[in-house]
Amino acid sequence: MKHLLSTADLTREEAIAILDIAEEMRESGTRAIKKLPALRGRTVVNLFFEDSTRTRISFEAAAKRLSADVINFSAKGSSVSKGESLKDTAQTLLAIGADAVVIRHPDSGAPARLAATDWIGLPIVNAGDGTHEHPTQALLDAFTLRRQVALRNGTNPLGQGLDGLKVAIVGDILHSRVARSNLWLLKTLGAEVTMVAPPTLLPVGAHSWPCTISYDLDAVIASGIDALMMLRVQGERMNAAYFPNPREYSRYWGLDDARLATLDASGAQTLIMHPGPMNRGLEISSAAADSPRSTVLDQVTNGVAVRMASLYMLLSGDLI
Amino acid sequence: MNYLIQQAAILGDEVQDVLIVDGKIAQIGTIEATDDVQVIDAKNLVLLPGLVDTHTHLREPGREDAETVETGSQAAALGGYTAVHAMANSTPVADTAGVVEQVYELGRQAGWVDVRPVGAVTVGLAGKQLSEIGAMADSRAAVKMFSDDGICVWDPLLMRRALEYVKAFDGVIAQHAQEPRLTEGAQMNEGEVSSILGMPGWPAVAEESIIARDVLLAEHVGARLHVCHVSTSGSVEIIRWAKARGINVTAEVTPHHLLLTDELVRTYDPVYKVNPPLRREADVQALRAGVADGTIDVIGTDHAPHPSESKDCEWGAAAMGMTGLETALSIVQHTLVETGLLSWADVARITSTVPAQIGRVADQGREIAVGQPANLTLVDPAARWKVDPSAMATKGRNSPFAGMELPGQVRATFFHGHPTVLEGKLATPRSANA
Repeated sequence: MKHLLSTADLTREEAIAILDIAEEMRESGTRAIKKLPALRGRTVVNLFFEDSTRTRISFEAAAKRLSADVINFSAKGSSVSKGESLKDTAQTLLAIGADAVVIRHPDSGAPARLAATDWIGLPIVNAGDGTHEHPTQALLDAFTLRRQVALRNGTNPLGQGLDGLKVAIVGDILHSRVARSNLWLLKTLGAEVTMVAPPTLLPVGAHSWPCTISYDLDAVIASGIDALMMLRVQGERMNAAYFPNPREYSRYWGLDDARLATLDASGAQTLIMHPGPMNRGLEISSAAADSPRSTVLDQVTNGVAVRMASLYMLLSGDLI
Repeated sequence: MNYLIQQAAILGDEVQDVLIVDGKIAQIGTIEATDDVQVIDAKNLVLLPGLVDTHTHLREPGREDAETVETGSQAAALGGYTAVHAMANSTPVADTAGVVEQVYELGRQAGWVDVRPVGAVTVGLAGKQLSEIGAMADSRAAVKMFSDDGICVWDPLLMRRALEYVKAFDGVIAQHAQEPRLTEGAQMNEGEVSSILGMPGWPAVAEESIIARDVLLAEHVGARLHVCHVSTSGSVEIIRWAKARGINVTAEVTPHHLLLTDELVRTYDPVYKVNPPLRREADVQALRAGVADGTIDVIGTDHAPHPSESKDCEWGAAAMGMTGLETALSIVQHTLVETGLLSWADVARITSTVPAQIGRVADQGREIAVGQPANLTLVDPAARWKVDPSAMATKGRNSPFAGMELPGQVRATFFHGHPTVLEGKLATPRSANA
């Protein structure tokens, strides 16, 4: 693995290897001394062209727990706001002595471009590019799902995929890099995927995706789902006429208290997942977010482990 | 100097000698060489009327770092062109007689091809107020084609008025058909590939709805409409319908839309970023069929050179556009001749005769016949060459065909009887005082 740009690039073996290493990393995170020496002396740059506190600190924690040095670069107030190009910024970081670049960028494909050009020649981790992909989010979601199912069944998650699990991804699919990364990874690991959204928030062309598409959240919930991944819906979407208003969105596509009650009454073991940050009361109710089904905080914890595994695999040579 | 072209296949058909004297075709037949002529061996070469491009961006004035009238017209000559239309989106915009005369004069001084400035439809391409169309038409540049290319004349009332007004000057409105609201932030064709790449999509309907509106407006006011760079199968159908109805519309397709598809965007390499965007394979096939049945009238390169920093970046930051003058004829041969869709006589029609008629370009696109101006191109259809943007005359290195092996090479170009290209290389410009 040279870069981590898209979950579509991962084979099943590679994906399971990352999840298995993440299990070890997670275990190390429960010790009194959390730090591992694996990347001592290496420098990881967090190159963030978009505001993101959660993902950046998760990557920062991951790199630091592996003893790497971390440089955080935020576009705001930097040379980028003075018109510096991605190429020049990246080459500057190379000259400073970076060994790997974790990049978040508002343009779809910017990490792929950084990897494909001769600009820097460093391992690149895509930490979210435009509305394209967010592969470490999908890996941490898969990790969380695999671990929860193993816990429930009393089995060992190591070496396992997600075969036969039914996952519904609900919300703003059109603008979601999380949805795209999850689709490819869940398919690779053997899960069945349903995308649920208002038609305005599904891309033209999604009919070609390897998933079922539905506009009816209640029908999908009733069909028996192992996990509901609720996506953040940005308020400004309604100004662009994607839906009439937040109330109507919640009524049809939100995981509200009524739907939570239906789930509880059905006896289903459906997990509730959300990549955060949540809009409580819009795509997810507080009761749903805080229910025992919710894996929201577990996902955050697992995110550090998965990002440790990703950095470790990219920076410590050919493990697979 | 006079020239004797020996054994050229005229329009790919009959093999003849052609004698050029004082810038005109003096004789066609079997002709003995004399001491006062330079002989051009054209054995196995096809003789075409000099190519006429309805659509280029020569960037001057304003963006001389990207291209100048001189470098752009050198690229044109190498591509077999003897006339090019230069779009109005320069800085300042070509919306006054002064600017179009400047571009015209730069072309004349350069001496490689006829440079025909296109006038802006609206002041500053702003889509608010008609520019001085009459003054540009009556200037020394004698502008006949008006376009806000790069931007759609979106306001339906303004478009109607423009179509009506240019009738007084025998002009034509060349429309860049792009509904602005449906393409806000658009980066590539909207479809299966954009859904996977997470790129804001550019729907076909944004082009087709404007074309549908404009052909109806052209019919209503009895005006002449030219549709720039048609890129979708739906657009071809609408234009086919309009022509069947007798509407006075002509249509253009670029070489790149005849070959390349949105699958290339998967590389995220901005060399494939262009407006209108690369579409699907079904569109490519529909465009070829549209050329074959006459729905699409002409090839326009939409030659759009950019400095390297505008393409050596991430997709979202990159400029739209591709170079095309030095590869156009090869792409036409590859996609239309070698597929059996067109004869060389058809190629002459779509690359020279009809483009000259649309732009009312004097002395261009004429029949290869005695007494006609000697604007001619000799092409070697058997040649194969590898595209190397760094070896091109254009300043732009943004060729989407880089590295491809293409058929057909321009061996010589005669511009009013003067060879601007010989042996496939730039020769000398024609004197501005000739």
